[in-house]
Amino acid sequence: MSQLPALVRVFAYLSLLTVGGGMAAFPEMKTLTVEVHHWMTFQQLIHFYSMGQMAPGPNMMMIVSVGKWVAGFLGAVVVLLAFFGPTACLAFYVGRLWKRLEAWPWRTSIQRGLAPVSIGLLLAGCFTLAKGSIFGLETAAIAVAVLLVLLVYKINPALLVLASAVVGVLSFAPK
Amino acid sequence: MSEISAPGTAGAGTFAPNHAVAARQVSASQIFREFLQIGATSFGGGVVAYLRSGLVSKRQWLSDKEFVELLSISQTLPGLNATNMAILVGDRLRGALGAIAAICGICLPGAVLMYLVAAFYAAHGNHPMVTAGLKGVAASAVGLVLATSVQLAKKSLTNKYDLIFVALTVIGVNRLHQSVLTVLAVVGIMGILWYHPTKSQTAGEHQ
Repeated sequence: MSQLPALVRVFAYLSLLTVGGGMAAFPEMKTLTVEVHHWMTFQQLIHFYSMGQMAPGPNMMMIVSVGKWVAGFLGAVVVLLAFFGPTACLAFYVGRLWKRLEAWPWRTSIQRGLAPVSIGLLLAGCFTLAKGSIFGLETAAIAVAVLLVLLVYKINPALLVLASAVVGVLSFAPK
Repeated sequence: MSEISAPGTAGAGTFAPNHAVAARQVSASQIFREFLQIGATSFGGGVVAYLRSGLVSKRQWLSDKEFVELLSISQTLPGLNATNMAILVGDRLRGALGAIAAICGICLPGAVLMYLVAAFYAAHGNHPMVTAGLKGVAASAVGLVLATSVQLAKKSLTNKYDLIFVALTVIGVNRLHQSVLTVLAVVGIMGILWYHPTKSQTAGEHQ
């Protein structure tokens, strides 16, 4: 209940960091949800992120889980609006101004200059995620196997995620 | 990835060949249903590919050229490609109402699913089988994001100096523990200035 304003602030802010993809906001999401607001542990955040990999649609739908976890149904709705509202409005207005922006010489510079930064943010998000999910040989092997398979074969990543869940159960579940 | 079931063939679908004229006469509810279907079937990320096959190939609401143009706007702006595309395509087809219909449609299935997942997790998240499975899934997420980074880098990095900006970004976030916003501002501005207008015409032209 009283967490709702904080959820709005956090997710509206995170929304603006998603340059080049949702993962760019992940390190900040960890800082804000785990360390600043203590809404969950890092492990729980990673669990939500991981389960989000199996959902269809835009790939940061795990934010709905976070909202629900923190403040129930209202929390989920508020987070959804806060996370998608600001960038949706921005896309709407920029889309309409685009004809004018297209010829603006700095537009190419922005697009080109931000490309390496967005890849850096993706990697930074990945390393943050790895710190909480790669513990030993088995988990490292899963990550490397998924990476290699995806680079070599054209396969739906969701299938690999499911396969990894099975591998996880087989190797980590107590007998 | 290309196998999208196409059960809904009512309405505009039957008039498929008259693309140019019929293209703009799309109702908000048709937009909602198409994006809902994409939102419900696009498993495994890569929503852009699903959007392209749904909007360009199947419905013919957009030409391929328009699609690529809108995608380039989406990629320049903050926000996820999938939702930015929904807004831009919806607005093109049916103004503000279309934009709202599109983003609601594409988000709804995943949002409902992740809501249910959170409820399930609250009840059974501590079960040893669940935590074991999630350990595997979390590890696979690392591999997945790394693969995405490599594929993106191959496509959009054309210059060896780009690697410096990539490295600076990673170091800023992971080593120096700066906020993503700070790193984005500092390294982003450096990158933009590096590719300032006179320079970008000679170097790094890759389209």
